[in-house]
Amino acid sequence: MLLEFQVVSRNFGGVRALDEVSFRVEEGQIHGLIGPNGAGKTTLLNALSGLMPPSGGAVLLRGKPIQGLPPHRVAALGVARTFQNIRLFETMTCLENVLAGQHLVARRPLWPRLLMLPSHRREEALWREKAMAVLELVGLRERAEVPANSLSYGERRRLEIARALASEPRLLLLDEPVAGMRAESIAKVAEVARKLAAGGMTILLIEHNMNFVMGLCDRITVLNFGRTITTGLPKEVSCHPEVVEAYLGAEVCLA
Amino acid sequence: MDLITHLYAVYGSVLNFMGINALLALSLYVTLSSGLLSLGNAAFAGIGGYVAGILTTKLGAPYLVSLGAGTLAAGLAGMLLGLPVLRLRGVFLAMATLAFGEVVRIAALNLEITGGAMGLIGLPVKTNTWIIYLALAAAAYLVARMARSRLGWALTSIREDETAAAAMGVNLTLTKTIAFTLGAGLAGLAGALYAHLNFLITPGEFGFSVAVNLLMYNIVGGYRVWYGPLLGAALLTALPELLRALGVTAGPLRLGINGLILLLVILFLPKGLADLFHRRGDPATAPAQAAPAKG
Amino acid sequence: MNVLGQQLVNGLFIGGMYSLFAVGYTLVFGVLDILNLAHAAVFTMGGLAALWLVQSAGLSIWAAFPLATLLAGVLGLLVNQVAFVPLRRRPDTYFSGLISSIAMAIIFEALAMQIFGAHNVRFPAGTVPVVIWRLGGITITLLQVEILATVVLLMVTLTQLLKRARIGKAIRAVAENQRAARLLGINVDGVIAFTFFLSSALGGAAGILFGLYFDSLSPDMGRPIELKGLAVIVLGGMGSVPGAILGGLAFGLSEVLTVAISGTSNLRDAVAFTMLFAIMLLRPSGILGKGRTREA
Repeated sequence: MLLEFQVVSRNFGGVRALDEVSFRVEEGQIHGLIGPNGAGKTTLLNALSGLMPPSGGAVLLRGKPIQGLPPHRVAALGVARTFQNIRLFETMTCLENVLAGQHLVARRPLWPRLLMLPSHRREEALWREKAMAVLELVGLRERAEVPANSLSYGERRRLEIARALASEPRLLLLDEPVAGMRAESIAKVAEVARKLAAGGMTILLIEHNMNFVMGLCDRITVLNFGRTITTGLPKEVSCHPEVVEAYLGAEVCLA
Repeated sequence: MDLITHLYAVYGSVLNFMGINALLALSLYVTLSSGLLSLGNAAFAGIGGYVAGILTTKLGAPYLVSLGAGTLAAGLAGMLLGLPVLRLRGVFLAMATLAFGEVVRIAALNLEITGGAMGLIGLPVKTNTWIIYLALAAAAYLVARMARSRLGWALTSIREDETAAAAMGVNLTLTKTIAFTLGAGLAGLAGALYAHLNFLITPGEFGFSVAVNLLMYNIVGGYRVWYGPLLGAALLTALPELLRALGVTAGPLRLGINGLILLLVILFLPKGLADLFHRRGDPATAPAQAAPAKG
Repeated sequence: MNVLGQQLVNGLFIGGMYSLFAVGYTLVFGVLDILNLAHAAVFTMGGLAALWLVQSAGLSIWAAFPLATLLAGVLGLLVNQVAFVPLRRRPDTYFSGLISSIAMAIIFEALAMQIFGAHNVRFPAGTVPVVIWRLGGITITLLQVEILATVVLLMVTLTQLLKRARIGKAIRAVAENQRAARLLGINVDGVIAFTFFLSSALGGAAGILFGLYFDSLSPDMGRPIELKGLAVIVLGGMGSVPGAILGGLAFGLSEVLTVAISGTSNLRDAVAFTMLFAIMLLRPSGILGKGRTREA
């Protein structure tokens, strides 16, 4: 098992945004995290990625506790993420966004550059090629030289995924990757996620689009009021009585 | 040859100031490139200038040693200041560095070793145009080459979005401290060069208005590519002389034209003068376009 | 003891004027999160306009004061329109707004130089009658009393305006959350313009009082107070009106006392700026500020 949340809690003032959340994410799986607005999904992702450390409990990555580590240390352990409200480097082009995203893997030392050694040109070409490959994967290769702030909404979501992939993570966190997207774009994102998982990457994603979640995820965890309601296969989860009552409504039961 | 000698005799000192100001502007560029607004770079120049000046006058240190010591002392001061203040954002960082700058100026005004209000007097004139432009060229080369290094990408990422940068592995504290230290060091070098240009330095030469000038050079020149601040410093330093050459003598008119040019550049050249020259190549210099379309 | 008492009284008057200046500064920051670096130039223009009205138009100071204050307010509208409105939708409004307002300041200073010359000027003798009281060894002049009364009057008016008047409530709503204010049907652009008017009028009033108190005006008289004003609003907490008032008083007192105790004017700003630096390290939101100092 790659990732485990053990009774993770987080308080905001008097409000308990996360209340002893516990579940596991298996390696190489696509794991969905669903629940109504305010259920604590993004808070959990923030607790995991170090942006907002949990007030209690433990987050284990390959069995090692990582709660309380600053974001860059968590990232260095192979965790990359996107944001619900899309945080791109707006004035950079698509290619530059991905090149910047290679921070953890590309060394890009200064000395060879100062001395104009040929090695740095080779290195630069190599990373550029890798960045183009990532853009290709998310379907933005043709848009490489376009600045991020002139992309369409769906393209922006995909560029953010590309930037996260640039650091070659083992665990990818996606916060509402298809929110507000058209059907074709959604299919494209699902296809990318499947490809990545097939390559051994683990994905933990938050999404409200039930068709997307149910069709894509290997396992699903449901949160409500900061608590774990259940974790299981899509069809188990969709028929769980508490889930049906609290969230989905009876008609979604897949069984 | 005669003409050049003549021109140099008339405009040599403007040329020197252009070089020093460009170096100072570049020092602020390094901090600005990670989105940090420091109003302390004038004070770092002061620290570099006074340390170098004191070493030269009181200890008889060789010129190059003084330059190096001034650079290092300012860099060290930048690092020490950076540790506590870099958690502040935006205007609060600006205010903290401004306060630091005033404390440094007041210290120079009151300490015996700095010569108080009279300033540090009797400095040997060692700096010349060649040395200034050599230092400037070296610094500009370093900064330009840094842009596509790991550090350069990290700085630009922080400027664009700090949270996203941290989430993709950029160590914010470390990166910002490096930027701050490097900026302070460059400012210190400029100060040390300046100290050996004119027999004396006084506390007033490193005050708030200088700190603001540095910001002006960067905004007018453009702070998204390394040569922006150089253009800004060159234009704004030479502007009074240019206006004089055009027959506008000192006084309100020249001041007014100065202000007007500044205003026009801000309003109509949002990316600074550098945008006139620049097309593609460096990271994060793409022209800003309309807001993202939904779709 | 009386020397100290005298210094305290002087510090109070000077501090009161700093407060007036800083309140205007902080008002704009509170609403827009932007520093208007033309504020000091408007301060100067206020003072010089009053001088012109008294000297050349032959008005009494009682008529000149409100007129010049109004004019300063109008200059504030101009600053907003020229230096801030065009930048509003740009991503780097913060940096560029600093510079465009400095550009306005330079243009104002050039105008002042053109009209009044680069040298120091003063109000004609007898603009305010010279009356001196002595209370137990402490000297107080009529001018000082009038200055303090004006400052108090303006502060009370401002506070009441912000608290009770419709426009005051609108200003606070815009300061709190622009988008929400717009949704509530508040004319945000109008409120911002009015804030600039109010802020600059107060700054101009401070300039007139300053010119009277120090019996000297010049096109560059705003420069030293610009930095002090910044220090004051940081001390008090950026955007906080009561904070700016307290900060101004604290600054005036510390200045006067430092000179009195150290005996040298070189140290005048030392305590204030050291204090400022320490506050930035320990409590960056200022004495009365509640603030988002560490977020974007």
